[in-house]
Amino acid sequence: MLRDITIGQYYPADSVIHRLDPRTKLMAAMLYILSLFIFRGWAGFAAVTLALVLVIALSKVPFAYMVRGLKPIAVILVITILFNLFLTPGVPLVEFWKLSISWQGLKNAGFMTVRLIYLILGSSVLTLTTTPNQLTDGMEQSLKPLNRLHIPVHEISMMMSIALRFIPILIEETDKIMKAQLARGADFESGNLIKKAKSMVPLLVPLFISAFRRANDLAMAMEARCYHGGEGRTKMKPLRYKKADGAAYLLSAAYLAGVIALRIIL
Amino acid sequence: MSIILDKVNYVYSQNTAYEIQALKNINLKIEDGEFIGVIGHTGSGKSTLIQHLNGLMRATSGGIYYNGQDIYEEDYDRKKLRGKVGLVFQYPEHQLFETTIFADVSFGPKNQGFSKKEAELKAFTALRSVGLAEDYWYRSPFELSGGQKRRVAIAGVLAMEPEVLILDEPTAGLDPKGRDEILDQVAKLHEERRMTIVLVSHSMEDVAKYVKRLIVMNQGSVMLDGTPGEVFAHYQELEAVGLAAPQVAYLMHDLRKHGILAQGTATTLEEAKEAILQAFKK
Repeated sequence: MLRDITIGQYYPADSVIHRLDPRTKLMAAMLYILSLFIFRGWAGFAAVTLALVLVIALSKVPFAYMVRGLKPIAVILVITILFNLFLTPGVPLVEFWKLSISWQGLKNAGFMTVRLIYLILGSSVLTLTTTPNQLTDGMEQSLKPLNRLHIPVHEISMMMSIALRFIPILIEETDKIMKAQLARGADFESGNLIKKAKSMVPLLVPLFISAFRRANDLAMAMEARCYHGGEGRTKMKPLRYKKADGAAYLLSAAYLAGVIALRIIL
Repeated sequence: MSIILDKVNYVYSQNTAYEIQALKNINLKIEDGEFIGVIGHTGSGKSTLIQHLNGLMRATSGGIYYNGQDIYEEDYDRKKLRGKVGLVFQYPEHQLFETTIFADVSFGPKNQGFSKKEAELKAFTALRSVGLAEDYWYRSPFELSGGQKRRVAIAGVLAMEPEVLILDEPTAGLDPKGRDEILDQVAKLHEERRMTIVLVSHSMEDVAKYVKRLIVMNQGSVMLDGTPGEVFAHYQELEAVGLAAPQVAYLMHDLRKHGILAQGTATTLEEAKEAILQAFKK
């Protein structure tokens, strides 16, 4: 069940999208998210959908795999839909009890759901096609100018890459401890809320201890290899733009311009 | 009383790029009171196999029967099964969580629904049978040494009084002394209580000394199944998949080849000594 979490997970495949420079993908993902908040109306909707479908098809990541990443936000989605549905003022379409649904509310709810779903899908295209290492590399490179403002960009990106790397490890660990406690007759599912919270103790205590142990080991291993932060550190595989990256930049800029144009014209 | 596996298959992450078939058409019968060793390389499916035996993992296809009952049946009590088939995971000391050792060991029987008194009695017996000195019992489990922690963790499963005890690499990361102590305790449980024991390991030498039946796993299938002597006779096949027979098996093979021994499938140092002395007496 825990294996279903796809946030920050990489899906190995050989596609155009996989081969792009992480900086390009970061920028494109940002532009795409921007476009999600710019678009209005059906023409805009068609444009953002088309772009997403195209990129997903190019990425060669199975669509079903991607959709699994939506599960954790299902609750947020439902809440957003309900709020938009009932709290948007307008001419009521349906009325019952003290609630009313307007045409405007229905439209708002629909577009908001689309925005949220596309937001998650769009950013998971980025994380599914980019290894965590590449991703933080790209982020470090893109944020380098901030170094002048004495922001420790390297340290932040190192922390991020460690955190990302630890997600699957800790998920696996949780799975293991859960199974071990199940083998000792633990019950994580039945009972009321208090009983459920209490049943988490045999899971959380060993998990915390193991997280600290791993962090300790990692710090030791980094120190043993003379890690001292970003100063003067070189890369084994420095990032280099290729031809495809230029094309991708152009395409995403054209796409954003298109979405803006659609909004102004229509 | 037995565990039967009927054409069990298990596939990890089905329908994704990570798809791996961890178990391929496994047919096994584990009889009551057996002492079995499961051997295989990392990734050979041995850990996956044993997690099927107590219903923690559900086979993608195939059936598993405990004492003649299908454990995948809708109304089968799988929680109860986990009390009957005790599973000690790799590095079991990583699952200790209670404030005292005694409380940690009584976690299992408490979950089984025993009263506090009964649970404590079972914890008492379990801690005795793993040979942990009594003055440790009310200390925090995190104060113990690695070997002691592991014994506490094994006691935690023993306290549920299982009929079958499965241990996944119980000696990993222990020094030779700690290793012998744990394995001797396990052998004692088998002899004194007639408990069925399944010992998972990748060390041939460890296992050969204790078990009466060996199952060799390779790439998700059962490659060999028989007494240690029978299995080690296939030492060339074992080598081909990266597993070596114990040194003794090689020696016995050479002695046979040169006609010094007429026969002999000794797998432990003691048996080999006997066989060689016998040969020279003649």
